[in-house]
Amino acid sequence: MNDTQKISKAAIRIRRNIIDMTYHAGAYGAHIGGGLSLPEILATLYLGVMNVSPETKDSETRDRFILSKGHGAIALYATLKEAGFITDEELSTFKHDGGLFWTHPCKNPRCGIEFSSGSLGQGLSLAAGIALAFKRKNNPAHIYVVIGDGECDEGSVWEAASFVSHHKLNNITVIVDENKLQLDAPTKDIVNKDDLTKRWQAFGFDTVQADGHNVESLLTAFAHHSEKPVAIMAQTIKGKGVSFIENNPEWHVHPLTQQQYEQAMKEQEDD
Amino acid sequence: MIKFSSANIRSWALLGQRGTFGKTVFDLAGENEKIIAMTADQAALIGLGRFEKQYPDRYFNMGISEQNAINVAAGLASEEFVPFLAFQAAFASMRCADQAHVAMAYMKSNVKLVGIFTGLTQGECGPTHLGLHDIALYRTFPNITVLSPCDATQTVKMMIAMAENQQPTYMRIGGPNNIPVVYKDDFDFEIGKAITLREGTDVAVIATGTMVYNALKAAEKLAENGISVKVVDMHTIKPLDVEAVKAACSAKLLVTVEEHSVHGGLGGAVAEALALERNKSPHLIIGVSGDYPHAASYPYLLEQAGLTADQIALKIQKTYEELCK
Repeated sequence: MNDTQKISKAAIRIRRNIIDMTYHAGAYGAHIGGGLSLPEILATLYLGVMNVSPETKDSETRDRFILSKGHGAIALYATLKEAGFITDEELSTFKHDGGLFWTHPCKNPRCGIEFSSGSLGQGLSLAAGIALAFKRKNNPAHIYVVIGDGECDEGSVWEAASFVSHHKLNNITVIVDENKLQLDAPTKDIVNKDDLTKRWQAFGFDTVQADGHNVESLLTAFAHHSEKPVAIMAQTIKGKGVSFIENNPEWHVHPLTQQQYEQAMKEQEDD
Repeated sequence: MIKFSSANIRSWALLGQRGTFGKTVFDLAGENEKIIAMTADQAALIGLGRFEKQYPDRYFNMGISEQNAINVAAGLASEEFVPFLAFQAAFASMRCADQAHVAMAYMKSNVKLVGIFTGLTQGECGPTHLGLHDIALYRTFPNITVLSPCDATQTVKMMIAMAENQQPTYMRIGGPNNIPVVYKDDFDFEIGKAITLREGTDVAVIATGTMVYNALKAAEKLAENGISVKVVDMHTIKPLDVEAVKAACSAKLLVTVEEHSVHGGLGGAVAEALALERNKSPHLIIGVSGDYPHAASYPYLLEQAGLTADQIALKIQKTYEELCK
């Protein structure tokens, strides 16, 4: 099995785990829609792109990851399990009182969670500070930031984007998860962002298009190096992989009934 | 090594708190290569020109983007740099409150945020530029130390302490250029340990920031009228020196004075600390209250707010006499 296949298989397991975690989260469910747009992006980063592993989690030169769209945490936890940072048993504590893993990531170096998030529009600024520090220390590590397309409503994203391009912080790669839905409705109906790629370009980023559910496409995008900071415009589907959740804004946060759970699991490929 | 010589103390006072901030961050940067100076387009107002020339790669003018500034500072702090970030207290307490909450308080980033033009200092610019709510905000956040120096000498002391510790900190600085000197000589300073500047038995005044000097002047006037006044410099709002607050209750009247809203500031912090105490004194909270003042000069607004030394003395005397009836 080559790397692309291995990563794709991991993404399948991540997706299955997201469905499983949501089902076991009970009546309030979880952020399943936005979680399901992330498995290929996160699997590609953790298993194919980033220099980070449980063995190197204290290394100065490890790559850093920031989930700026913090509500995608369910996918991050499932990915950290694939990357060996957390166990199956730990993953099964998702949304358990007293447990570590809830709706948004809470900084926990042992588990590979570098930064807390949850309040949108803040990840890129944080990345900018780290990137400045890396440049100053000649640290070759790279910083990857996943931002939601709905999140791009936040003005602070653009304060950060201006700063990153002004300082030529090309040790940052932004991945925009363009799943085209936000909590209430399609992004185009809330505040239209059809020109999102052009906006990132206008703010000084080199943009690359990718199929956010195709590992090969993502690997090609990540291989793109530039003098400028890069924004990968990952075209995704909110709820990807579960027919009744795909492109359905009602599933931003939602529980799964037993019947829905069984149906969702039946739709998953074997890993 | 920064010297607390009388010449330095005089020159810091002439610079005022903002200029002293700029000078001190420059001096600290010479001793500690981790120190970084940052501002949001206020460099000219805090004297960072020399820093920029000498340490261009440790200086960041963030532009008018306070939200970005906090998180960039937090990112630098996560890599063990010590960023001193200064801009208007009004914006530091409201424009980027969420970033301060997440990055500084929740993630415990070692950022040294400095709110300038606190209280009524920038009254000429009107209510948008008044720093009257910063204590109220920052003292509610866990993990953030809140400091309020009363003069330029103490600003330097605080910055030395801030550079050495790992505490996310909000320091508020204001007052005029040529700020009155409270500390004429070197003195012992410890974050969280209030300093008694004057002993007295009838009234205890706990003051912070620019109001410490006015409280001392008020105490002199009250002494002339036979009222003995203790004055405590509460330079650290959080963690509050609760022992000092309790000790102040040996006086018949407790007074707090601050150039800040009467809601949620030092007065609020002291009242909270005493809420469950049996032996406490009636507490007069002096600060800024009421509607937004219209733009005007700093001295005019201080008088409108009732914060001159004479006005403070009069309020205390009236309240004390009421109490003794």
